[in-house]
Amino acid sequence: MSKRRSKLNQSKPIWFVLAGLIFLVLLVAVLLRGNDVVLFNPKGAVADDQHRLMVISVLIMLGVAIPTLFLLYFFAWKYRENGKKATTNHHSSNSKFATAVFWAIPAATVAILASFMLPATQKLEPQRTIEAGGEPVTVQVVALRWKWLFIYPKQNVATINFIQIPVGTPVQFELTADEAPMNSFWIPHLGGQLYAMTGHQNRLNLIAESTGDYEGSAAEINGAGFAGMRFITRVSSRSDFDLWINKTKQSTKGLTAAEYNKLLKPSQNDAATLYGSTNPDIYSKIVSKYEGSHGHDSEQAGY
Amino acid sequence: MKELLLGKLNWHALPHEWFTIGGAVAFIMMIVSAAAYLTYKKRWKWLWKEWLTSTDPKKIGIMYFIVGGFMLLRGGLDAIMIWLQQSLSSGSSHGYLTSDHFQQIFTAHGSIMVFFVAMALIFGLINYIVPLQIGARDLASPFMNTLGFWLYVAGVVMVNMFFLLGGEFSATGWLAVAPLSGKEFSPGVGVDYWIWSLQISGIGTTLGGINFIMTILKMRAKGMSLFKMPLFTWGSLLSMIMVVTVFPLLTITVSLLFFDRYLGTHFFTTTAGGNAMMYTNLIWMWGHPEVYILILPSFGIFSEIVSTFSRKSIAHYKSIVFGMSGVATIALLVWLHHFFTMGAGADVNSAFGVATMIIAIPTTALVFSWIATMYKGRIRFSLPMLWFLGFIAVFALGGISGVLLAIPPVDFQLHNSLFLVAHFHSTVIGGVLFGIFAGLNYWFPKMSGFRLNERIGRYAFWSWIIGFFMAFTPLYVLGLMGATRRLDHYDGSNGWQPFFIMAFFGGVIIMIGVVLQIVQIVASIMQRRRLVDATGDPWDGRTLEWSVTSPAPAYNFAVIPEATERDAFWSMKLRGLQKPHYENIHVPKNTGSGIYISIFAFLVGFGFVWEIIWLPILSIVGIIICLVLRTFNDKTEYVVSAKEVEKIEQSHADKVRSAPSGSDTNEEDMGLIEFIKAVLAWALGLVRRKR
Repeated sequence: MSKRRSKLNQSKPIWFVLAGLIFLVLLVAVLLRGNDVVLFNPKGAVADDQHRLMVISVLIMLGVAIPTLFLLYFFAWKYRENGKKATTNHHSSNSKFATAVFWAIPAATVAILASFMLPATQKLEPQRTIEAGGEPVTVQVVALRWKWLFIYPKQNVATINFIQIPVGTPVQFELTADEAPMNSFWIPHLGGQLYAMTGHQNRLNLIAESTGDYEGSAAEINGAGFAGMRFITRVSSRSDFDLWINKTKQSTKGLTAAEYNKLLKPSQNDAATLYGSTNPDIYSKIVSKYEGSHGHDSEQAGY
Repeated sequence: MKELLLGKLNWHALPHEWFTIGGAVAFIMMIVSAAAYLTYKKRWKWLWKEWLTSTDPKKIGIMYFIVGGFMLLRGGLDAIMIWLQQSLSSGSSHGYLTSDHFQQIFTAHGSIMVFFVAMALIFGLINYIVPLQIGARDLASPFMNTLGFWLYVAGVVMVNMFFLLGGEFSATGWLAVAPLSGKEFSPGVGVDYWIWSLQISGIGTTLGGINFIMTILKMRAKGMSLFKMPLFTWGSLLSMIMVVTVFPLLTITVSLLFFDRYLGTHFFTTTAGGNAMMYTNLIWMWGHPEVYILILPSFGIFSEIVSTFSRKSIAHYKSIVFGMSGVATIALLVWLHHFFTMGAGADVNSAFGVATMIIAIPTTALVFSWIATMYKGRIRFSLPMLWFLGFIAVFALGGISGVLLAIPPVDFQLHNSLFLVAHFHSTVIGGVLFGIFAGLNYWFPKMSGFRLNERIGRYAFWSWIIGFFMAFTPLYVLGLMGATRRLDHYDGSNGWQPFFIMAFFGGVIIMIGVVLQIVQIVASIMQRRRLVDATGDPWDGRTLEWSVTSPAPAYNFAVIPEATERDAFWSMKLRGLQKPHYENIHVPKNTGSGIYISIFAFLVGFGFVWEIIWLPILSIVGIIICLVLRTFNDKTEYVVSAKEVEKIEQSHADKVRSAPSGSDTNEEDMGLIEFIKAVLAWALGLVRRKR
């Protein structure tokens, strides 16, 4: 075997790996064309902040990871058995200085990351109300098996698997569940998710900054109808929102106690439904239904 | 009367769907063909005496590998089925599985891969290698070890039982999240199968943990202080300490879930003051440490491999030990990062987020130590080293995505998405599985006396690497596109389908890698004479396991070595060996008690799954009787006389002398084509002989 050939052989895996990486990137790029990478396409301030935090953190970590990986693979190649640089030195040095550096580099990186993370965690805490764009719209969310019930307490309307919200206005979602396992309420275009649990109320504050239809989902496994438990979030102008509320109010269908009991029965892939009226304290009854140690017959709760 | 005798079990429970019937047929055919083979070859007695009842950790280790290997195939098949469904089920098409069946499959996949594959393979390596590394002749309690193994097997049978006897498997995810796993939402027997397979094997794991802590702390060779222990032993010790710390928590949590389901208590129900958030906390207080239980031995394996194949002592040994200990400690304190989205508030989330990030510090320091070990070394790219280099690439991806997920506001967006799925597969496949593969290639010569075929091993390695990136890159992307995990169907409009298809093909390539690994082992057995390693030290090893014959004799060490330095065998080699003085060695006897107790334990679980009340009661009595009988058995050891030891050692020495000089013979390992030819030739020969 000629010397040149053996040299080529030795570096073959490197080219192989590089070609593979390029192929992978190209393949992903081609498959992505024309598709919405939701988390990189935020439509609200919360999602926007979360996206920025994600990118900054990845860049900080890559700043350490890329040189480290390069060094590791470079040394592996440089000190290969048949290479010129391979030594017969059997003892590794254990200098205290090097040890200190080995620990200091990741420690400093984590400190930098934490300096971004800690304020962001306070600012982006989902329970914290968003102070912008006037008075918030409240939407009460009840996770049922397997559909989402949305109640607009101020407007006194309700919907199934569909919400409309005004653009540029903070929205406060009050999350709970009824006769359903744990659920997670997620509109990735607008911001992160939060759990909806029986007998418990979670607050998720979001804001939308451009109009459009955004998909929402139940992110936590919850049984047979899991995949179909999706909803549309329609962000519209304030006037369109008011128009929609008025139109919905004209619907003769109301969210009565009887109707709600029907909703409690498990069903899958429900179509969007609008209710023109609702019982004002239905939501608080749903939350308080699980208080104390008594049973949970829906008739007993009495709405 | 019938209910009293058989509980809920009746004809309707028997398999009646294509997948349970298929599973049952496959299961029964496997058992029948194995039984037929054993009868034909008259090997029943041999199997019972040499293997099943053995208390030798080396044999138990190999048995762990065999059962765990089969489960890897089973779990892999589940993964392919999941991906196939997800590639097909878009828009108007709903794939080939119902949502319930799909959910059972991913639950089985997760449970089996963690409990019955990763744990088993790690335990397999620890069983075989740790006693040899510390210069011990057996374990602190050999009986407890066989019991632990057989309880694991009982768990394996339980988790596959629904194929044979019907019913269904749990459809609630690998951790059976409450309240979904309660009677209210999961009335079937699926969750009960899950509960009892975990309960039984979990007790086995706890016993193993106690046993190895005792062994490592009490049975080390003279001179081997804690800071002279090989790093795999360190990783195993830390891992076993974690097992003993958190597995009781799993046992209790799952017991409470069982009480909820069976006795109607309200620990985790939605009603009557039950608190499902408590379940989430408890299960993750076990579940998070669990992944570190798996990864710590793996860190140890890689440390030893880097040192051996760079032909250098490991750099910054103490830093690695402290790093691993740090990981083990902090790992107990970060469970809440699995549910930032539950809404505990910014302060709680911040605390757990920072704690989680801190784990990255010792882990990165570990990587730096490995780099420093390679620096100015003499690096051989044998298979174990190749797996190490693959591990670094995949694990770096898993580490970066992991720290990203530790940031609460980012986690709100990525939690429950396929990004998360891609993250933990990067750590578990890259960290744990690759570690096991590296360890298998590294220690296989010690277990068998011949090394594994390098050429086919390389094909397998590259299939795994290519398959991994093909399969999990799209999952990262899908997560960023807002795709949640565990979907059996999704809308056609959002462009997810091509990525699911890409992932499916990645999965197929990984399966090719698995098949190639099987081929690698078969081919190595076929050409074992060519690959033989007579010296017992094929890699120019540094630690004590390489100082004995391959495979190691039943008593491990004819003479207990004295460890004066860290790389004990390396320093011995430099000093030269002295003429040994042999003495009588006590070796633990075989026992069937472990098997009997495990059969009873299985019946306890089975009785509770189907609510056959008398069965668990009788079985518990059976377990107690077995244990009492065992404690009255004083003759648990036999003696290998000094003469016999000398004979065995002498024959080994002769073998080394007559072996071809140097373990790297010029003959090449067989490639794939050669392998296929050899198999065909063998099959043809078989047919001709029949005629």
